[in-house]
Amino acid sequence: MFERLTVKKDAYYDSVVLMRLTQEVQRLAGITDALVGMATDLNKDSARAMGFADPELEEAGPNDLIVALVGEEEKILDEAGKVVAARLESRPRPRTGAESTRPEAVYSSLSEVPIGGGGVAAISVPGTYAAREARAALRRGLHVFLFSDNVSLEDERVLKETGRREGLLVMGPDCGTAVIGGIGLGFANKVRPGRIGIVAASGTGLQQALAVIDRLGEGITHAIGTGGRDLRREIGAITTLMGLDILEQDEATAVKMVISKPPHEEVRRRVIAALEGGSKPSVVCFMGEEGGMPGAGAGAGKVRFAGDLEEAAVVACSLAGAGAGRELYPQEEIEAIVRGVAARMPGAGGGTGRVGGHLRGLYGGGTLCEETMTVLARSGIEVYSNVAWRPELLLEDPEMSHAHTCIDMGDDYFTRGRPHPMLEPGLRAPRYLREARDPDVGILLFDVVLGYGCHPDPAGVMAEAVREAAEIARRGGRALVQIAVVVGTSGDPQGLAGQEKALRDAGAVVLSSNYAAARLVALLLGSGRFSR
Amino acid sequence: MATVKNWPPTGAVVNLGSSVFARSMRDQGASVYEVLWEPPARGKLELIEILDVLAGREDIEEANRLALERYSSAQPVLVGIGRARDVIPGFGGKMLLHAGPPITWDRMSGPLKGAIVGAIVYEGWAASPEDAEGIAVEGDVEFSPCHEHSAVGPMAGVVSPSMPVFIIENRTAGNRSYCTLNEGLGKVLRYGAYSSEVLDRLRWMADVLAPVLAKGIELSGGIDLKSIIAQALHMGDEVHNRNRAATSLFIRTVAPYLLDTGFPLANIRRVLEFMNGNDHFFLNLSMPAAKAMLEAAHGVPKSTMVTVMSRNGTDFGIKVSGLGAEWFVGPAEKVKGLYFPGFRDEDANPDIGDSSITETAGLGGFAMAAAIPIVQFVGGTPDDALGFSRKMYRITMTENRFFSIPVLGFRGTPTGIDLRKVVETGILPQINTGVAHKDPGIGQVGAGLVTPPWECFEKALLAFAGRYA
Repeated sequence: MFERLTVKKDAYYDSVVLMRLTQEVQRLAGITDALVGMATDLNKDSARAMGFADPELEEAGPNDLIVALVGEEEKILDEAGKVVAARLESRPRPRTGAESTRPEAVYSSLSEVPIGGGGVAAISVPGTYAAREARAALRRGLHVFLFSDNVSLEDERVLKETGRREGLLVMGPDCGTAVIGGIGLGFANKVRPGRIGIVAASGTGLQQALAVIDRLGEGITHAIGTGGRDLRREIGAITTLMGLDILEQDEATAVKMVISKPPHEEVRRRVIAALEGGSKPSVVCFMGEEGGMPGAGAGAGKVRFAGDLEEAAVVACSLAGAGAGRELYPQEEIEAIVRGVAARMPGAGGGTGRVGGHLRGLYGGGTLCEETMTVLARSGIEVYSNVAWRPELLLEDPEMSHAHTCIDMGDDYFTRGRPHPMLEPGLRAPRYLREARDPDVGILLFDVVLGYGCHPDPAGVMAEAVREAAEIARRGGRALVQIAVVVGTSGDPQGLAGQEKALRDAGAVVLSSNYAAARLVALLLGSGRFSR
Repeated sequence: MATVKNWPPTGAVVNLGSSVFARSMRDQGASVYEVLWEPPARGKLELIEILDVLAGREDIEEANRLALERYSSAQPVLVGIGRARDVIPGFGGKMLLHAGPPITWDRMSGPLKGAIVGAIVYEGWAASPEDAEGIAVEGDVEFSPCHEHSAVGPMAGVVSPSMPVFIIENRTAGNRSYCTLNEGLGKVLRYGAYSSEVLDRLRWMADVLAPVLAKGIELSGGIDLKSIIAQALHMGDEVHNRNRAATSLFIRTVAPYLLDTGFPLANIRRVLEFMNGNDHFFLNLSMPAAKAMLEAAHGVPKSTMVTVMSRNGTDFGIKVSGLGAEWFVGPAEKVKGLYFPGFRDEDANPDIGDSSITETAGLGGFAMAAAIPIVQFVGGTPDDALGFSRKMYRITMTENRFFSIPVLGFRGTPTGIDLRKVVETGILPQINTGVAHKDPGIGQVGAGLVTPPWECFEKALLAFAGRYA
């Protein structure tokens, strides 16, 4: 085995670029391990774990690039080194000076950009530096879309208070998705202009809502992201309330929608009061809120409460005058799917369609993972998870599933030094196949999220895993139901129909609503107590 | 709009971070301004905190305006030539001045040692180079940086008490600066050569060149160096690595007066031939001119303006206007560039000389876009030359009022290095320089580009914070 460590001083590259490059290098024939990353403490740890113990590594800092390669032959390391060099060389060079006054140009710092108020700064730099850039953007009069995570709650509060004082929106930190004036920021779906205005504290939650809205033929005005902590007491819904104010003033918006985890109680009152005090009907989905969960469209006055993302979108559409149905997939359709499964897999529950095995869900979207657990809990099905709210359902080891398990693979544990599954959905494949080999497993469930900023062919990479898993089950003589939730719109760059077809052809049941998938799982697991 | 302004946004997006998002927003029809983001202050949080504390401080801005004004209003004029020990303040006895920050004999690099040995023999303190080295080792000679005596010296920068030096006076503030006369290329003391040929030339310079030139300068009533530099920048010089135009302008200015000096015509002819045969003759005038301007800007409390950048072949040191006499030092780096035939990377000495005073003054590498002819000499393309100058605007406070770059639309050269901006951007000042052989006596082996080590600026910022934050 040959090892090689190269440190390039003062050569900063974006972490997404480096993580993708790491993946690429790891896949090269003859390379057994590889790491291309900035010399952060985390990456240095990883390099040490690979067996590197050079003083050069110890001295390297977060502005230095490390390339750590382990391979079978010296020659292979040379080749891998060339791949790294070639990929890193192709990055754009900044233009500086007088000619860089047009968009499309590349700048070296925010202060160089010739832009006044009325623009948005989309910030996805490492969290340590993100608040500083956001402050600078606010000083320039820019609204802020802060994709970066690992920003402190205190920084978030100060940024949002500054924004409120200056009349500027601070979307984030940890804001995965927003659609402002038709332009998607972060991971965002293509949605037609319409009458629904959204404020959302969850990226994939918002994407799911957008997908359903699109499917029902409705569209949106703006989808304002807030970041996951906006409804905490410390932040006090600053961005949510500003967003609702925008939607109230916006003439094109006919219906307001709010998506979030359960808020702090006092904050909840303020948000509801703002909705009640407005002039437009609204629908609220506080995902996973315990108790007092009314049925579809329930709620007094201008506010309706929804128990899941699909319902929120369906209710919003009907308030806007489109799509009268309660559910995207009527019960008969879900039951038909179960019958279809039973026909295709005679082994499944002796033809009843019920499967004896366990559920294993591998999610890229954290909110979708939570939604599945919430919906199944309502059906009396307990699901273990690395992100379970109930401590007794928390997995001891995120790598080891237990009974029914849903994993949020976008959680910090899985994304340390690795790309988020939204960027590299294929990274889930090894775990997926491991679950497929588990003889106790009867259902595999995963999400495929489309949209701008997402992987160019997420279904393609997962379809391979689906085929392989089906083969594993066939060889084992087991019934294995594979369910793919494809979150996307017809306008998404990946091509919704093609993505769905790829998964269907591979043998997966494809649904466009995660809630529907959870219902399907509940039926397959034989729960007779399914209710919304 | 009640609480939110500039809504809805215009569709213009500044993207900081992942270029994946920049691309996808462009695909959706947004006007995307893409920032190729890098961590500020090389990712060091301690420094970032300091920068945030120092950002927008009006007292610092005011101090910097004052320092810049003193620099900009300075009028460096060549007023004469004197014997070093007679004119340089604090200089005398068995003392030798050298380039760069303070250094002891044992840490000196080859070329500096060679120049010291040569100067000791030149002064007659030792009969042979061997004896001279003995004296140096014993500590019988005191070493002091040129910069601590308002002087500057190229490469080794060694000044001995009996050498003739140019005297430059800033007619605005009255401060003076000093520099030896340039010996030419090849085997010369400033590259650590000390053969008899070198010492004979130095003696001729003291005996013939200096008196003739001194008289000519006297007759001229003083020669305005600032205007020669400004003109030379429009003629392809950056007055660090290329001084051909400035040298020509200087000769044109001084020649008529030389004819009136009353010295034998043969001597005047040799003086003119000597200057004419050395494209770098003006370097020893551009350097003290820069020094005179920058020294005027030094010593303004709270100013973050860098007023000295200098190397002794081992260490690189900087000084900051608001931080007094203290040097901030890091290891001198190797020059990246082209070598003369027969020489290689391993032959090169680390960066050496006070000539980076030109960059500190907004000349040299900072004015490289004015000197496109030299890019071939230092290994680069015309685009690189433009790029180097443009980049320096990001770490400087202003555009020069006097020195301008034609190809950049007569934009003033980037001037007044701001310590804070260097640390914030991580961009180091770009220096054009010659490369000395690491062994004494061989001379120049190439030319190229070099930067100061980062720690100079990091240390200076920490010191600045300690004093003023």
